[in-house]
Amino acid sequence: MSSKTKSADKLLFTSADWDFETLKATYDAIEDIALNELKLDVYPNQVEVITSEQMLDAYSSIGMPLMYHHWSFGKRFVRDDVMYRKGYQGLAYEIVINSNPCISYVMEENTIVMQALVIAHAAFGHNHFFKNNYLFKQWTDADGILDYLQFAKSYIAKCEDRYGFDAVERILDAAHALMDQGVNRYSRPEKPNLAAELKRERERAKYEDETYNDLWRTLPQPNPGDQDMDELKRKMRVEERRAQFGLPEENLLYFLEKNAPTLQAWEREILRIVRNIGQYFYPQKQTKMMNEGCACYVHYAIMNSLYDKGLISEGAMMEFIDYHSRVVFQAEYDDQRYSGFNPYALGFAMMQDIHRICVDPTEEDHKWFPDIAGNNEPVETLKEAWAHYRDESFILQFLSPKVMRDMRMFMIDDLSSSPHLEVAAIHDDNGYRKVRRSLARMHDISVREPDMQVVDVDIRGNRQLYIQHTEHEGIRLEKSEAEMTLGYIGQLWGYGVTLQAVDYESGEILHEVNYTPDDLVGN
Amino acid sequence: MLYIVDRRKNPTGKSLGNRQRFMRRAKAQIKKAVESTIRSRGITDISSGDQITIPGKTLKEPGFHHMGRGGNRNYVLPGNKKFVQGDRIARPQGGDSGSGGSQASPDGEGEDEFQFTLTRDEFLDIFFEDLELPDLLKKSLKQTTAFRNARAGFSVEGTPSNLSLVRTMRNSLARRIGLRRPKTAEVRELEEKISALQAKAEKRPNGKLTKTDEDTLHTLLADLEEAKRRMKAIPFIDPIDTRFNQFQQIPDPNTQAVMFCLMDVSGSMSEQMKELAKRFFMLLHLFLHRKYEHVEVVFIRHTSRAAEVDEETFFYSRETGGTIVSTALEEMKKVLVDRYPTDQWNIYAAQASDGDNYSNDGAKCTALLAQDLLPKCQYYAYIEITDEREAEIFAAAEGETALWKSYAPLARDNPRFALKRVTKAADIFPVFRELFAKNRAEAGR
Repeated sequence: MSSKTKSADKLLFTSADWDFETLKATYDAIEDIALNELKLDVYPNQVEVITSEQMLDAYSSIGMPLMYHHWSFGKRFVRDDVMYRKGYQGLAYEIVINSNPCISYVMEENTIVMQALVIAHAAFGHNHFFKNNYLFKQWTDADGILDYLQFAKSYIAKCEDRYGFDAVERILDAAHALMDQGVNRYSRPEKPNLAAELKRERERAKYEDETYNDLWRTLPQPNPGDQDMDELKRKMRVEERRAQFGLPEENLLYFLEKNAPTLQAWEREILRIVRNIGQYFYPQKQTKMMNEGCACYVHYAIMNSLYDKGLISEGAMMEFIDYHSRVVFQAEYDDQRYSGFNPYALGFAMMQDIHRICVDPTEEDHKWFPDIAGNNEPVETLKEAWAHYRDESFILQFLSPKVMRDMRMFMIDDLSSSPHLEVAAIHDDNGYRKVRRSLARMHDISVREPDMQVVDVDIRGNRQLYIQHTEHEGIRLEKSEAEMTLGYIGQLWGYGVTLQAVDYESGEILHEVNYTPDDLVGN
Repeated sequence: MLYIVDRRKNPTGKSLGNRQRFMRRAKAQIKKAVESTIRSRGITDISSGDQITIPGKTLKEPGFHHMGRGGNRNYVLPGNKKFVQGDRIARPQGGDSGSGGSQASPDGEGEDEFQFTLTRDEFLDIFFEDLELPDLLKKSLKQTTAFRNARAGFSVEGTPSNLSLVRTMRNSLARRIGLRRPKTAEVRELEEKISALQAKAEKRPNGKLTKTDEDTLHTLLADLEEAKRRMKAIPFIDPIDTRFNQFQQIPDPNTQAVMFCLMDVSGSMSEQMKELAKRFFMLLHLFLHRKYEHVEVVFIRHTSRAAEVDEETFFYSRETGGTIVSTALEEMKKVLVDRYPTDQWNIYAAQASDGDNYSNDGAKCTALLAQDLLPKCQYYAYIEITDEREAEIFAAAEGETALWKSYAPLARDNPRFALKRVTKAADIFPVFRELFAKNRAEAGR
């Protein structure tokens, strides 16, 4: 302790205000710890200082520095503006963009402690996660995103000039409604090319030649007059059609972009833009908790290291701890402030816990995590986890009984057949695994978001489009919203659309909604 | 490895485009909200922009989402205090605080109302949409006001000081290219070649060139002569090239207006009636402000005598006495003559009264208006304020007040004069709109 107070000259800063020199010096000190102690692997950093007003601007366009114009962003802006001015809601201290170089926005109002925290959190924590997590590697192109957004913005502005606000707004509204259904959840095999097709065809013929057996001819053939035959043919046609359109297709926007009969080329391009942006954000949705946990762990480690080295004062440390504890605060379920699990809190708790398991395991940890308990390589273990998991699988793998106990988690069964809720499991030996599985499912985007697919198109008839919602456990769609969204699909498709809810287990159609465009009604 | 960029100087308001699109989208709802605010609020702070509440529903951004409840589901909550496995809990009613499993979308699912603040300009735009001032410019003003110069294209003649260099040089260049005037560089090149050949000749022992060089020299000399001839014949700038900036004198419309507020303050006008009158005056004032840079207001109150007063006295002090409207008109006439010559001012007047008048005064008022005031005014509005209860009686009895009776014929043949009745605060704005609606002339007849 005494050594710290002695060496006041080593301090990076002494007052709350910052200027560019202290900011640079602070950054260098943080970078030193991040790269040499934690050995993080990051994109080059670009820190941009902005005003609160600019922060509000950035907020409303989903945090991107460049974005095309749309009224929904204006709505968000207007709302955030009111909330901020009335003091209901503070602004984020920082925004970070998954790009190369990694851009972090910091607000000028922040104190220097806050700037240090933000740099450690965003410029190193998030940055490392963006660069190393498999989902981001697989789905997003950090090098190209800013250029792409620039393109999107000017393209849409051009369309507005040429075709009018209303026409563009119509397409964007519809596309935004389908944004969640505009992502590929699984990468598809590459499109086969003609040569490969032909080769496969030859191989198939060859196989038939080789395995030809005259005996088969002597088997009784089905009577061509049978009713079954018609049924069979019909089924064949359906199969053919589905193959032709690549159905079933989970990416509704992709399907409409490629197949909607009435869209103009520019309208398809706009759908593509929205789809690409949706895809860009898809990994962030799946790793929200881990990403924040990673960043919180990193800033906590860095700030403590700065303090241990005597680079920041005790006062600064107190200020940091104040911010930090507010960020990782988890309200309890019966608290007014409760609105679900705080990803910062859960993420940070889990990261700290993994660290603890690595360096100071208990008997229980040895039983639950034989692979990592006591391996004394906390940062390496964490980096491994950050690279290869998403929220759902991370919880399933790493949520320890201790965290469940600390946060006093319990699991509720909510069955429509029962008049009561039932406590299905709590944080005890019987319950750990159940709680963990349930919490993991809550973070699974494929469970959280409805399972929607394009299943059929009546291409030779009235061009009716069939969309199927597979209902799991009787959880239905929000009706009025689904109907409006269906309307948007109808606008893009240009012909009738049917939305069928199909039970996952029995496969039977539970209910059906139809949409017919206005200009087709009565035909 | 670090770049720090100071973006604070970057233009803000990147969301302006988004905000405008949002306003466009929400226009119908915003308009409704604005009108209802007008009804319920004091006029004085109208222009400061306003907190508008519009129903969120019409601005919904739908999507496919799971319902918040129903079906079979399970979820985990933090902060267990007393539950053990197997406990039963009553299903919470309303509000799905328990359903951590299906997070509402971040766009404020279930948000019924949506609040935001309009800027002053946005507010006034919506407020006065479709309204316009009658007879915005006085015909007489057009001859007498100041003029300003405005560009009016180009002409072939003018003073040298107005020469448009760009246009002139463009024409000259086109002509020179068209007539193949040799460029100075080409001439210089020819001369250089010739002098090179001549230098070559001097170096040779016999001082003569070879046959081929001799021929080239001859052709070059011929070319040079031709080029020089053309250069002389085709001038660099010809009078037909010249163009001059042209200016036009445009009359600058008068941008100042004066607004006369005339009000009866006799005992029969209650506070509430005065409040209504005030609202109307404020609206008119706001409206004029949008059209004219400079608006002056003259307050004239009257009982049996009239006087010009300040705003405070006008609205808030009481007087007793009879009612002679013509005194106010006389006063207005006097002020007009004294301070507001018609060639410099746009004149608007609004008169508020409960309709009482001294019985012999009607003819005098009509004469004053018809002969002295209306020809000078752009617009003269008469607002008759009646008590709500009285209005009912009048409606039944088809009664007309003394002032209304004398004004009504005037309004029939004078488009600059209008009269309306107001009984409650909610009437003010509709009446105002009616008076100033864009197609007032067609609609009124």
